[in-house]
Amino acid sequence: MSTLEIKDLHVEVETESGPKQILKGVDLVVRSGEVHAIMGPNGSGKSTMAYSIAGHPKYTITQGSVKLDGVELTGLSVDERAKAGLFLAMQYPIEVPGVSVANFLRTAKTALDGEAPKVRTWVKDVNAALDRLGLDATFSSRSLNEGFSGGEKKRNEIVQLELLNPKFAILDETDSGLDIDALRIVSEGVNRYTSQGDRGVLLITHYTRILNYIKPDFVHVFVDGRVVAEGGPELAENLEVEGYDKFLKLAGV
Amino acid sequence: MSALQAATETVASHLHPTPSFDLADHPLPTGKEEVWRFTPLARLKPLLTGEFCDAFLDWQDNIPSTVIRGEITLAEAAELGVPAPMDRIAAMAVDKAKDAVLIDVPRGAEIAEPIVISLRGPGADATAFGQFVFKIGAHSSATIVLRHTGSVRYGASVSVLVGEEAKLNFVSLQDWTDDAVHAGQHSFRIGRGAQVKSVTASLGGSLIRLMETASFDGPGGELEQFGVYFVDAGQHVEHRLFVDHNQPNTASNVDYRGALQGKGAQAVWVGDVLIRKVAENISTYESNKNLVLTDGCRAESVPNLEIETGEIQGAGHSSTTGRFDDEQLFYLRSRGIPEAEARRLVVYGFFTDIIRRIGIAEIEERLMEALEKELEQVL
Repeated sequence: MSTLEIKDLHVEVETESGPKQILKGVDLVVRSGEVHAIMGPNGSGKSTMAYSIAGHPKYTITQGSVKLDGVELTGLSVDERAKAGLFLAMQYPIEVPGVSVANFLRTAKTALDGEAPKVRTWVKDVNAALDRLGLDATFSSRSLNEGFSGGEKKRNEIVQLELLNPKFAILDETDSGLDIDALRIVSEGVNRYTSQGDRGVLLITHYTRILNYIKPDFVHVFVDGRVVAEGGPELAENLEVEGYDKFLKLAGV
Repeated sequence: MSALQAATETVASHLHPTPSFDLADHPLPTGKEEVWRFTPLARLKPLLTGEFCDAFLDWQDNIPSTVIRGEITLAEAAELGVPAPMDRIAAMAVDKAKDAVLIDVPRGAEIAEPIVISLRGPGADATAFGQFVFKIGAHSSATIVLRHTGSVRYGASVSVLVGEEAKLNFVSLQDWTDDAVHAGQHSFRIGRGAQVKSVTASLGGSLIRLMETASFDGPGGELEQFGVYFVDAGQHVEHRLFVDHNQPNTASNVDYRGALQGKGAQAVWVGDVLIRKVAENISTYESNKNLVLTDGCRAESVPNLEIETGEIQGAGHSSTTGRFDDEQLFYLRSRGIPEAEARRLVVYGFFTDIIRRIGIAEIEERLMEALEKELEQVL
């Protein structure tokens, strides 16, 4: 049983006109086996939360804490956070020309496990994971994210999720830009991951569409850097009908 | 000099000095000239004055019997259409070397094995000049590697005349020890419909300064130029490219990448492209990327496009010089890869992206080996 505990999280981002506060005190607890949907309008701070937890240098945590099984993540480097069990599926995965998907996956797996994966089973595992996401084996020889379509990038993120199998995964708008088939394939990948029963997911999304495929246990509504409403799946259904307006008004934005 | 003058075509570009076979047309530079302003001239002195240049490079090759190796006079070289020297060192090389080595790939010959010519310098105190003419016959195909090792002060003129519809893969590997000085000119003339891929890899040497020019002898020629350079403390590596689109329907693609590390490491890349009025429907792109790995390095990157006709498919350039991309490092590290390893992976990718396109296993291996050595120093 693992726990990801976010407490009173305040985050700033550096802008041309000085530091700007984005997160204004976020509290959230994710336990293994749970799927939490984080919903909110553009600019509400959803992605900022994801990137600051993962340790992106652009964001500064000014107050609060993020603990994974009691280990304070905010004091750790980006790679140490990953080793602690955190994974971030990015909205815009970064191109790394000349580094093949296969090389990248092997290097990451080796770094996380502290030893190189067994050659014979690893190649099989990689190809099987690619196949499950509808990607053929030649995909692994391509340069990481370079020239990938939007859908391929997202599928590749989920391939990594399945192969690296972290304790907690933050999925940042993994649904954006996907057509209905890709959305289904990607969602199935996430569901395979959660079906292990002891993994936690923070699913960040702007739309309720992906929630038809991935059923959240909890829904949190983000407005202006805070959680303004929390509930079960019915809260998402409510948003589907009423939109964010009510919450924006409540928050006085 | 009439044959030489006839062979000397004036380049309209304002970016370049007038080419000439006559040494007197290339006065000793002061360092203030546009084309010399980045170069530490003191290290080049023996090559600029031409004094005590009696040394020779040790020569080894695997030239097959189907390819002719001979010697020709300067007049004969000019008759073949060898481009005129663009700077004093190339002019000095032509002047001092007198005869040129001619490597002649006959018309229609298909040479499957890479031809490797290895030149080895006798020592850092020796000065030598060399002149090479590669004649690549029409409809032939060949891969030629010109590999430089050892140490010397070396001034060179290398002309590559590519016949109609020929396919040439040309590699110049500057694999010198760290005290060598190498300067000169490499010129391509590309025939109608010919396809040329060139790779210039500069790994060692105290100073390397190559003027690389290309022009076309007919429509439809294609040029791909790749470059790789590693510049360490105290080294100066300079590549000056000039692609002259003087024929319609021609294409050029230039991609040079370098990494700099250590105090006083200096890289210069100048990429000039001239699109003449006649050069309709051409396409060109030039790119230079420098990775600055430590403090105390300096990279100059100057792309220039001169366009005399708008009737083209496309023309562009890009130049980037910088440290590691934070987003790339973040992405790799977010998957558990430690910072030092993420950096090595980025540098590795930056170069293998080019190296994998060379297509000659032996050269790719040598470059990967040099790259591994370079990566050991990356923190």
